[in-house]
Amino acid sequence: MAEQLFYFLIFPGLLFAAVVGAFLSFYDRKITAWVQFRKGPPLFQPFYDFFKLLLVKETILPKHGSKGVFFVAPIFAVFGASISGVFILLPLLGIETGFNGDIIVIFYLLTIPSLTYIIGALASGNALAAVGGSREMKLILSYELTFILVLAAIIQKAGMTISFGEIISQQGLNGAFAGSISGIILFIVMIFCIQAKLALVPFDMPEAETEIAGGIMIEYSGTPYAMIKLAKYIMFFILPAFLIGLLWGGLNFQGINILWSVLKILFVVLLLTLIRNTNPRVKIKQAVRYFLVWMNLLAIIAIVLSYFGY
Amino acid sequence: MDEPVSYYRNSAFIFWILKIKNVGFKEFCFKKSLWLFHFGGASCNNCDIEILDCLTPRYDLERFGMLLIGSIRHADVLLVNGSINQRDKSRLLELYEQAPKPIVVVAIGACGCTGGIFAEGDTFAGPVDKLIPVDAYIPGCPPKPEAILAGIVKLLNK
Ligand code: SF4
Repeated sequence: MAEQLFYFLIFPGLLFAAVVGAFLSFYDRKITAWVQFRKGPPLFQPFYDFFKLLLVKETILPKHGSKGVFFVAPIFAVFGASISGVFILLPLLGIETGFNGDIIVIFYLLTIPSLTYIIGALASGNALAAVGGSREMKLILSYELTFILVLAAIIQKAGMTISFGEIISQQGLNGAFAGSISGIILFIVMIFCIQAKLALVPFDMPEAETEIAGGIMIEYSGTPYAMIKLAKYIMFFILPAFLIGLLWGGLNFQGINILWSVLKILFVVLLLTLIRNTNPRVKIKQAVRYFLVWMNLLAIIAIVLSYFGY
Repeated sequence: MDEPVSYYRNSAFIFWILKIKNVGFKEFCFKKSLWLFHFGGASCNNCDIEILDCLTPRYDLERFGMLLIGSIRHADVLLVNGSINQRDKSRLLELYEQAPKPIVVVAIGACGCTGGIFAEGDTFAGPVDKLIPVDAYIPGCPPKPEAILAGIVKLLNK
């Protein structure tokens, strides 16, 4: 029991994932600043933001809305993010092998943060938050199918195993999946899925600051908003880590490999950041079409290719 | 035009002093992460442009951890510019009430500080500090981005 709690709260769950995620979010903002020829924020900026929201700011609960649900939703978001972080990072860091079928559990757990954002937004009673919530819902409907097709393709490539630990160890024996043609296609598709899951720029219409002033986050302030930030930091680390585990041979922390592992994560986050900095926000209709038609098509092509062994 | 570099050096130096003087942890975090909400009253639009200028690569407020955000619920600083007329008055009061405390109010431009050229107008409802408490004034018509930066640095140093 104590061991499980340690896994959940400290390493590799809540604390570890949040700290790494916060540094990654600094890295993301710094790269963004460099792309725009700016100087960018200081190193500990995500921590300042988080502690300011947690300790200093007042928490305002909506008058015409469901206060309890509004307050509890972000806590569930943190819970969902960190529990999926535990399931992803335990096999990835080689602490435990996980269990059979955990990839499906991870798939479900990863949707919890987005779902709780929607619930919190709808509980706030704000019209703009409702618009953001409905956009997020449509976005989930469009990218989840693509995401599960990608998982199906990977499961097929790994010889019908549904254990995350085994997928990683198979790549250790036969080389990373991203080394084949279907693997590269899956990598691209999954990068876009992650972009949508994190609500980064081409797919940030649920939060669209310029049109609906923060969308699903519009009513949050103080502690609940700090919780949302925390969940976002965690997701910003575990989703790239999940991608690396599925397609790029996982992480290895022995000797010089540690450098290589860190570079892998930084590279994936760099890709996400560059995509977010070089694209405008698309309309929700375009995003749905993009995933339902083009990304699904690519994923299905990848499944067929991997069936024939490419 | 003055180079903004010297301002940057000044502010970095001020942050070090802040660290050494060891203000409370809460206050330190607050000062390092001010999120700005921009309220334009009946402005002639010049001040709005100068505020946006502060976020551009040349001046880059994000290096102080400042961000322009869209919802008053996330704001730490309420930037008010332009003269406040009868219609804006209720909106400004509403915004101030909706903001999570502590909130810092900064009046920008001659209009925000005193009423400027609109002070004699019929619809004028009073300079900002008659309606809500103001923490810093940045005069000018419009103030240069350098002046806005200097005002903000002074505010951080307060
Ligand atoms: S202070 Fe001057 S520039 Fe600014 S809004 Fe007023 S008139 Fe325009």
